[in-house]
Amino acid sequence: MFRLEVRTSTPTWFNLALPLVAIAATLVLCSGLIALAGAGVLESYGVMFTASLGDSYAITETLVRAAPMIFTGLAVAVAFRAKFWNIGAEGQLLAGAVASCFVGAIPMPGPLAMLLMAIAGAAAGAVVALVPATLRVKFKVDDVVSSLLLNSVIYYALMALIEGPWKDSFSGYPISPPIEDSANFPVLIEGTRLHLGVIVALIAAPLIWFLIARTTLGFRIRVTGESPEAARYGGIHVERVLLSTALMSGALAGLAGVGEVGGVHFQVMSDISPGYGYSGIVVAMLARLNPLGVVPAAIFLAAVMTGAEAMSRATGVPAFLSDVIQGTALLAMLVALLFTAYRIRRVGAAS
Amino acid sequence: MSAVFEQIFQVGFLAAIIRIATPLAFATLGEMFSERAGVLNLGIEGIMLLCAMTGFTATSLSGSLWLGVLVAVLTGMLMGALHALFTVALGLSQHVCGIGVTLFSSGLAYFLYRLIFGQQSVPPAIKGFQTLPIPVLSDIPVLGPAVFNQFALVYMAIIAIPLAAFVLYRTPWGLSVRMVGENPRAADSAGVSVIATRFQAVILGGALMGLAGAFLSMAQFNAFTFGVVSGRGWVAIALVVFGRWDPWRSAGAALLFAFVDALQLRMQASGLGHIPYEAFLMLPFIFTIVAMAVMSRNAVAPSALLKPFRKEER
Repeated sequence: MFRLEVRTSTPTWFNLALPLVAIAATLVLCSGLIALAGAGVLESYGVMFTASLGDSYAITETLVRAAPMIFTGLAVAVAFRAKFWNIGAEGQLLAGAVASCFVGAIPMPGPLAMLLMAIAGAAAGAVVALVPATLRVKFKVDDVVSSLLLNSVIYYALMALIEGPWKDSFSGYPISPPIEDSANFPVLIEGTRLHLGVIVALIAAPLIWFLIARTTLGFRIRVTGESPEAARYGGIHVERVLLSTALMSGALAGLAGVGEVGGVHFQVMSDISPGYGYSGIVVAMLARLNPLGVVPAAIFLAAVMTGAEAMSRATGVPAFLSDVIQGTALLAMLVALLFTAYRIRRVGAAS
Repeated sequence: MSAVFEQIFQVGFLAAIIRIATPLAFATLGEMFSERAGVLNLGIEGIMLLCAMTGFTATSLSGSLWLGVLVAVLTGMLMGALHALFTVALGLSQHVCGIGVTLFSSGLAYFLYRLIFGQQSVPPAIKGFQTLPIPVLSDIPVLGPAVFNQFALVYMAIIAIPLAAFVLYRTPWGLSVRMVGENPRAADSAGVSVIATRFQAVILGGALMGLAGAFLSMAQFNAFTFGVVSGRGWVAIALVVFGRWDPWRSAGAALLFAFVDALQLRMQASGLGHIPYEAFLMLPFIFTIVAMAVMSRNAVAPSALLKPFRKEER
């Protein structure tokens, strides 16, 4: 028999290796599905790798896709640190996209437009995240359920906009009018889609890390998450911390939407997010809620998404494999996390 | 003439409520059993989707509807066991595992569906469940045709409600479920296996979620589409809170939600002025959030909900 035993300390190399082990386990588990689809496992993973990280253009494409997941990953990491269960990053992203599209369509100088877009998008996301947080603080409503349900509400609101007042009267497509050309985020490398928002996302990660690890607010967030009782005893206003966490988390998720509007699509459509909000949960867990870890985790998932499409074209394996990989990676990482706290000990036959 | 029209209108409306309520009732009862044992199952949305897919596929390949239902139920039990493995046996975070199960099962559902049926412009359909009038009872005016001229799965849902209440409140197993959900340590000292009971409750919950999924793809839509579940699983979680973890109240909550949803569909169809139809689609979700805010004040969740149990720890 085996039993779990509490670890007294966890070696550093072990902590760093865990996400890699989880990812390796995921790829091994999912290779069964590739085989089921009748394709070569190594060949399929090879195509995924080359198409996502094989050359400099592929790398920029992967980074463009990673940017929204860095933001949603940070949003989830910050929220989960305070045990504010924000599953609503998807809706907050959509709200951010809509708000920034409104602002971006107003003619004004480019830099000003981009700044206002970011502010509007972050504010919209923050307002949406404030709803489940307020409901929890004031009415004891479970934040998981309310933030999940809000995703649907925001999605339908977006649909009402693009099928109603925003609808393209010329083509009849349910898409918003484009933002002003001057508000389009500058492209950093000619011939790629690598835009300013990607750099902002990469800078946001260390900033949020600093905030969580080195500031008073970060300390309050961590203590509230670890033990609300201890936080209260230590004079921390737990409710206020939860609300500020929600504001920050929602703003980060809103910025994910801003980047998609300003840097990738330049307008809003119904499928502006292929579930980046939910991917943010996977990213945050792979990163073990560490803002610095969010960057490699988001790049990994982005590579899987970019690569899966190429793999599907080359080998006929359905591209939905990337969704399965996301779910499996999340579960594998959770199991891996178990081994930071526990070790497996063989128990003798006598017991 | 108008009196006749009004009657048909009412019968149709009532029948619509019952049909909308059926998958929600199965899902809500399933989630309730799981939560009563102390395990929140956020995998419900994905589990329903996967079950809708496997049930539909089994029927499509074999031609047998009941085989499809069986496959859906078995899929639900399997996914319930997976969730229990993570949350009960390993004691991992129920929130995050549930999301993981949802992501995994919905990804798998789409992947396998595409693998089996390929990419088609018109999704394949099956001849789904047909209405089955119950003699005598279906002759009752208004209520008869609405309630007793339904799919077999609707009758199963109607029977499932008192059955669930009986199992939960009147059987030794139901007592064990409530004990491990309220006070696992006391249950453990009383000789009840917390781990085994939680596994059983989550697996039973998965079976009911399987019935919910099967109803959607095999009675309501007769096809598997990507929006076949579209948030019904999340709504079921809210309905459990709204129904205060009680089978009767939970079923009542499902009916109330179905009423709002049916009303919303009616209002949409009547083309009420220039209100966008999305406003109506939002309505049930907003209603659920508001209802939770009203109900959560005095709703008392099972006290061990979300708390993993390890025997050797204090």
